[in-house]
Amino acid sequence: MAPPGVVIGDALAADLCCFPTRDQYFALVRSFKNDAFEMCIDVCGVDYLLHMERPLPEGIVPTRFEVVTNLLSLSKRQRVRIRVQAGDDEPEVASLFELYPGVEAMEREVFDLMGILFSGHPDLTRILMPEDWEGHPLRKDYGAGNVPVQFKEAPGPR
Amino acid sequence: MSEPTVRAIERLDLLTAETSEGAQELQRREFTKPSELGREIGAVLLANDLHIDPTQVDLERRDDETMIINMGPSHPSTHGVLRLMLELDGEYVLRCKPVIGYLHTGMEKTGEELSYIQGATNVTRMDYLSPVINELNYSLAVEKLLGIEVPERAVWIRMLMSELNRISSHLVWMATNGMDLGSTSMMIYGLRERELILAFFEKTAGLRMNLNFVRPGGVAADLPDGWQDDVRVICDTILERTYEYDQLLTGQPIFRQRMIGVAPITAEEALALSVTGPVLRSTGVPWDLRRTMTYLAYDQVEFDVIVGTYGDNFDRYSIRLNEIRESIRIVRQCVDMMPRGDYRSQDPKVTPPPRARIGESMEALIHHFKLFTEGFHVPVGEVYSAVESPRGEIGCYIVSDGGAKPYRLHVRGPSFVNLQAIALLMRGGSVSDAITTISTIDPVLGEVDR
Repeated sequence: MAPPGVVIGDALAADLCCFPTRDQYFALVRSFKNDAFEMCIDVCGVDYLLHMERPLPEGIVPTRFEVVTNLLSLSKRQRVRIRVQAGDDEPEVASLFELYPGVEAMEREVFDLMGILFSGHPDLTRILMPEDWEGHPLRKDYGAGNVPVQFKEAPGPR
Repeated sequence: MSEPTVRAIERLDLLTAETSEGAQELQRREFTKPSELGREIGAVLLANDLHIDPTQVDLERRDDETMIINMGPSHPSTHGVLRLMLELDGEYVLRCKPVIGYLHTGMEKTGEELSYIQGATNVTRMDYLSPVINELNYSLAVEKLLGIEVPERAVWIRMLMSELNRISSHLVWMATNGMDLGSTSMMIYGLRERELILAFFEKTAGLRMNLNFVRPGGVAADLPDGWQDDVRVICDTILERTYEYDQLLTGQPIFRQRMIGVAPITAEEALALSVTGPVLRSTGVPWDLRRTMTYLAYDQVEFDVIVGTYGDNFDRYSIRLNEIRESIRIVRQCVDMMPRGDYRSQDPKVTPPPRARIGESMEALIHHFKLFTEGFHVPVGEVYSAVESPRGEIGCYIVSDGGAKPYRLHVRGPSFVNLQAIALLMRGGSVSDAITTISTIDPVLGEVDR
């Protein structure tokens, strides 16, 4: 099903899990789309800062950030999970917008909360956090609870 | 830092900074890239090599002919704090962009700080109209990682509760949709019927909303004595009342004119936008996870998957109304087929010892204490599991590092994704149609923003 060269592993509660490289990612998703996977159901990012030595199939170089994409085939009733290693310092993967326009908001959410860039995305802006927010809250080195809350000051009494 | 007591009128920059979301907002056309413009006019299939009639896509529109207005974030018809920016030509919507995040409270981040036992209290607050289904989704994901089976009775109790929850969620939708269209009686009736179900939830779980009733390993408590009678009364009453709704709304000429043919979406567009739930089914795609990727015991009960034809507002309305009836069918079967037995797994790993044992056994006390302070450990792995919520596919992606807290908890909110269809649905309609369109998408902002 997957094109040659893509590492395939086991997945809990999915039919298949693929581990493409960043270069293979877009082509792999396109081949799935042509193979009756009509929907991209979910895109999310994971920051593996504390677990760089996680179990991965052989030949996969773990990086700090990972983008996890879940595809769904309505006609075959199958799910496929794609885990792509997105890089360490400036994580970036190709946007799936060309294939599935519905990933627009999901990729924006990943960018907003995890700081992973998606090349080819039409409008990669923050979606949940305010525009001038500093940092990406779901990163593991983002100090939750020990940084002052960033809110704009009130305009004062009228 | 500026003087906190400075008069607002003297610091206009502060005042505008207060309300600006910068690039997240709908910009004037001269600042908009063509690809962005395509999103905002809802040209989804452009990306899929399917062409849109160029006469319909008025890319050449001067900014002084149109007006960009805000709708929300606290507009009564936006069901929460949804802010829509609309570009209007007279009364007709040309472009639309939802600006969200006003209710973002970092629940995914919070989920990483809570143990698996506490986690259900967190996810249940995301989609506050269907708390049981949120908990169920989370619990099923954790159970898949743990590899434990829940007893038969727990499965059926979960099914009973989630169908009751689906009814109550759709009733709130009927109520708010009625009110958006000026039928304030529907608002009262919908909430009145929902109260029956919430009262039953209170009797069963102790709380009306945000129950924390479904937990990894089973459910929190057994059903109360005499629950069959309560549930039968609920079913009879609500089924009868759905026919009253038919009289009140379905056949009414004004209601039909506002709904039929308004804001249509095709199956192709819905699939491309990853839209699920009643919005997808309204286009004729028979996709309901309860049937197509079955979980719990949905393969043992009889029910129909309701689909529409035209994908318009009226189809979405009829699907939800009929899903109430189908859920009542399922609930009745749950009453008849409810097995006996344990209501939670007897696996000591996830289930605390019975209350009576704690008084007499030191080990049981320690076990109980450990379970509620440290929590249980979940094997290393990652899982995505999904169930059908009243709004579509709600999914849960958990990464476990072997500890007592999830390393990463991600929830795929159906209304977050469905909201993307709004630009497509609203285009070309009037502002009054925009209100019904927001309503039939049925976004719950707690889940959109998480």
